Amino acid sequence: MEVLEKKNKNKKYKPILEGIPDWPVYQLSKNRKEFIEEVAQKSFERIKEIRPTSKQMVDELEATIYREQQRMKRNRWRVDPPDEGKFWASIKEELIDLTSKPEEDNQLKIEALLNKIVNRYANEIAGNFKPSSYRFAREVITFWFGRLLNASRVKKFGGIFRNQYTLRDKIQIVGKVKQLRNLALKGTIVMVPTHFSNLDSILIGWVIHALGLPAFIYGAGLNLFNIKIFAYFMNSLGAYKVDRRKKNIPYLETLKCYSNLALQRGAHSLFFPGGTRSRSGMIEKTLKLGLLSTAIEAQRNIYLNVPDPEQRKIFVVPVTLNYHFVLEAPELIDDYLSSKGQDRYLPEQDKHGSLSMLKFLFKFFTKGSNISVSIGRCMDVLGNYVDDEGNSLDTNDRLINTKDYFMAGGHVTIDTQRENEYTRMLSQRIVEEYHRINRIFASHLVAFVAFEMWQKMHPKLDLFGLLRLPEEELTLDYEEFRKTCKNIRKRIYHLKEEGKANHATHLKGKIDEVIKHGLVNVGIFHLKRPLLRNKSGQIITQDLNLLYYYHNRLVGYDLEKFI
Amino acid sequence: MTSRNSSDYKPVGVLGAGNFGSAVANLLALKRPVLLFARDEEVVKRIEKTRENRGHKMHQNILATTDLERVARECEVIFPIVPSSHFRALMKKLSPFLYPYHILIHGTKGLDISLPPGQTIETVALLDRGCVKTMSEVIREESVAIRVGCLAGPNLSRELADQHPAATVIASPFNEVISIGKKLLRNDRFQVYGNNELIGVELAGVLKNIIAIASGALSGMGYGENARGLLISRGVVEMIHVGRALGGNVKAFLGVAGIGDLVTTSNSTLSRNFQVGYKLAQGMTLAEILSSMDEVAEGVNTVQIIKKCADFYKLRAPITSTLYKVLFEDLTIQQAISYLMRYPLNVDIDFLD
Repeated sequence: MEVLEKKNKNKKYKPILEGIPDWPVYQLSKNRKEFIEEVAQKSFERIKEIRPTSKQMVDELEATIYREQQRMKRNRWRVDPPDEGKFWASIKEELIDLTSKPEEDNQLKIEALLNKIVNRYANEIAGNFKPSSYRFAREVITFWFGRLLNASRVKKFGGIFRNQYTLRDKIQIVGKVKQLRNLALKGTIVMVPTHFSNLDSILIGWVIHALGLPAFIYGAGLNLFNIKIFAYFMNSLGAYKVDRRKKNIPYLETLKCYSNLALQRGAHSLFFPGGTRSRSGMIEKTLKLGLLSTAIEAQRNIYLNVPDPEQRKIFVVPVTLNYHFVLEAPELIDDYLSSKGQDRYLPEQDKHGSLSMLKFLFKFFTKGSNISVSIGRCMDVLGNYVDDEGNSLDTNDRLINTKDYFMAGGHVTIDTQRENEYTRMLSQRIVEEYHRINRIFASHLVAFVAFEMWQKMHPKLDLFGLLRLPEEELTLDYEEFRKTCKNIRKRIYHLKEEGKANHATHLKGKIDEVIKHGLVNVGIFHLKRPLLRNKSGQIITQDLNLLYYYHNRLVGYDLEKFI
Repeated sequence: MTSRNSSDYKPVGVLGAGNFGSAVANLLALKRPVLLFARDEEVVKRIEKTRENRGHKMHQNILATTDLERVARECEVIFPIVPSSHFRALMKKLSPFLYPYHILIHGTKGLDISLPPGQTIETVALLDRGCVKTMSEVIREESVAIRVGCLAGPNLSRELADQHPAATVIASPFNEVISIGKKLLRNDRFQVYGNNELIGVELAGVLKNIIAIASGALSGMGYGENARGLLISRGVVEMIHVGRALGGNVKAFLGVAGIGDLVTTSNSTLSRNFQVGYKLAQGMTLAEILSSMDEVAEGVNTVQIIKKCADFYKLRAPITSTLYKVLFEDLTIQQAISYLMRYPLNVDIDFLD
C-alpha cells in the first residue's frame, strides 16, 4: 500500500509567532473577565434590539425559562453545572413576581434578569486557554500518537520506542499552506472544515499546531466535554463551548456575540459550519449560517469602527478532512436513514460488545490508514479568492476592496438583511470549495462504484428497498467492476482538470492496485466490512448501509450517470 | 443625514436606449438626473438634438452618452435594459468599471446561452441549466456587482409613455435593492411591488413571451376569448412547470410579474411577441416577420432555448414544443392547434401540492 503513496513531502513548519504571549487567543484569555463582560453587554443590547417592547421581552424570557427547565428535566449531561436548577428556578420566581404586579420600573428589572441570563451564558461559553496546559496537551498528543504509530509500523521488537514515523507521516497536509501561514500574520483566519467524525476536533487542533499557527479558538459541541479526556484537551486548545440543546434567543445571540467579538479582536477561529457531523457521509451541502454570519458581521464592524490603516481583514479558509474510515459511521448512517426513511427504516439494535471493541482497538493500532487534510485557498468574507497579500480578487483577477460590499451611498452601512444574504452566498462558496479541494481516495471510488452498480442492477428499488436486500444476494463480477472503476476514475481526472475536485496521489497507477488499495482501506476498522472480494474473486459487501455511507462521499459530482 | 441627501441627487444610469429603456429612463428622470447609455453615436446625437427617441419624448433630466465608464463612475444604481443577445457583451465591457457597491436592476426578459465552440442555437440538440443563464446570473458571472435585481411586470413601453396606470415588480434577494428601486420608480401612476424570488421572477418574465406568441397566433387565426382563456391558463401551468425545473419559485409566477405580465402580453397587439404569432397565423414566414421588426422579439429565441432545455430535463411542455415546430419546422398553426387539443394530459392544476 505504502508504495502507492507519493513520498511524503510534509515538512516541519516553524511557528509564525515566536512566543505564546503574542497569540491573539492568549491575549483574549488574559483579559478573559473583561472580555466576557463585553460579550454579555453586547448580547444584551442585541437582544433588546430584537425584542424592543417589554411585552416581547417577557415572552422571550418565559420561553427561555420554559425551554431550559424542559432541557434539565429531559436531557441532562454530566458537564451541566449542578446549580442550574436553582438558577433557573430563581429567575422564574423573579419573573413571576414582576409580571404579577405591574409597576413603573418593571422594564429595568426585566432587563436586569436578561442581564443575569446572558452573563451566565457568556461565562458558560467562554473558553479558557492556558499556555501551560496547551503546551502539555500538545506534547501528549504528539508523543503518544507517535509512539502508537511506531509500534504498529516498525515491525521490530521495541517499535514503540522508535522515532521512525511521526504523526506527520500518518496525516498528510496538502493545499495552500504557505498562503494560510502568511495571511495568519496579516489578518484574522476563520477556518471552516468539513465534519465527519468526533476525532476532527482533536485532529484539526493538531493540524493547526503542525502548520506553525497560533492556537485557534473554536466552538466545540458541549457533548464532547462529557468525555473527560476530550474536555481536557479541548479546553487547553482554546475551545469554547457550543451547546446545541439550547435554541433560545438569549443563548444564540450570546454565542454569536462571543464569536463576533473574538474575531474583531483578531482571534483566529474555527467553526464546523455543517453544525454536526455529516450523518450521511456526504460532503456538507447546506451549512449552518449562525456562526458563519459572525464572520461577516465582524468584518463589517471592523470597517465601521476601526480607523483605516488598522482594519484587519478576515479570511475564510475551507478545509476538508479525508478519511478511509470513520469510527462512528455505523451509528451516523443509522441516524441518517431513520430520520430520512421514517417508518420505512428500522435500525438494527446490535451495539458492539467488549470483544468487538478489543478487536477494533487491536486493528487500529496495528494497521495503517492515512488521513489527509486539504487546506483551501483563502477567501474574503464574500467568498472571493485573495492573493498572498490578502487582496481580494474578482474572477478576472482584478483587485477589489471588500469594504465596498458594505457600502451604500458612500458609507459603510449596517443592513442585516443584506448580510444574511451574503452569509448564504458565502456558505454556497464554501460548499463549492469543499468539493473542489476534497481529496478523493481509492476507498471512496470503490465504494461509490459498487453501490451505484448495485443500484443500477435494481432500477425499480428506491434507496430503502435496495438497503433491505440481503447482503448475500449482492455480488459484482470483478471484470465489470474494474471497468467501471476505471471509467469513473477517468471522470475524476477530468473533474480535477476542470478544478472541480481533487484526488489523492494513490488514485493514479494500475487500476488493479488502486482497487486493491481501496478495498483494503474502505471502512478499514469496521467489524463488518462494507466492501471486499470473496474467494472466487467477486466483489461483495457485508454491510450495505456502511457501503452507502462511504459511497456518499462522492455524491454531488454528478458521477452517477457514468455508471 | 446630510450625506444621504447628497446621494439622493446622484444620477441613475440606464443602459440601452431601446423602447423599454427609453420608457424607464423617462420614469427615473422624474426623480433623478439620468445618464442614458446608447451604443450608437447617432442615437445619442439625435436624443440630445430632438429630445425624441423611438416615439418617446425624452425628459430634460436625461443625458444621453456613449461613455460606459462615465455611467459607472457617476451612478451607483444602474438599469441595464438591452436585448439578451447583447447583454453579456455589454456586461463584459462594463465590468472593469463596476465595484461591489454598485446596484444593478435589469429589465431584460430573455435568456443567455453559452454554447460549446462550433455550435449555434440551431444546431445544438439539448441545453442544460449550466449553459442557460438569466440576466442576473450573467451580471453575477461577469462582474463583481452582487446587489442585483430585475424589473418585471406588465410594462408595455407605449402605455408607460402615455402614463396609463401600471405596476411593476422589482425582484432581488436584497431588500435594499427593492427599496431603492421603489424609491426611484414609484409615482402616482406607477405602482412598484417587491419580491425576493429573483430567479423565479426573471423566469416568469421570460417564459410568458412564449405564451404571448401562441396567443398572437390564436388571434391571427381569428379565434376568440374561449381559446385565449384556455391558452393562458394552460400557459401558466406550463410556465410554472418549466420555471420550477430551472430553479424558480412557484410564488413568483402567481404575481404581477407572472400572471399579470402574461395576461397583458397575451392580450396586447402592442407586444412584439404577440405580433410574431399574429403575423405567423396570417401566413408570413418567420424570416419575413423578423426582418419587418425594428426590435428583437425575445420570445422567438426563448422558444428555442426552452424547447431544448425541456428536452434535456424531460419536462412536458406541449405549448413550447408545438410552437417550436411551428416556428422552426413545418408544422402549420392549424395542425399545432389540433395536436394540442388532443393532448392527453387533463389535470387542471398540479403545482400546488
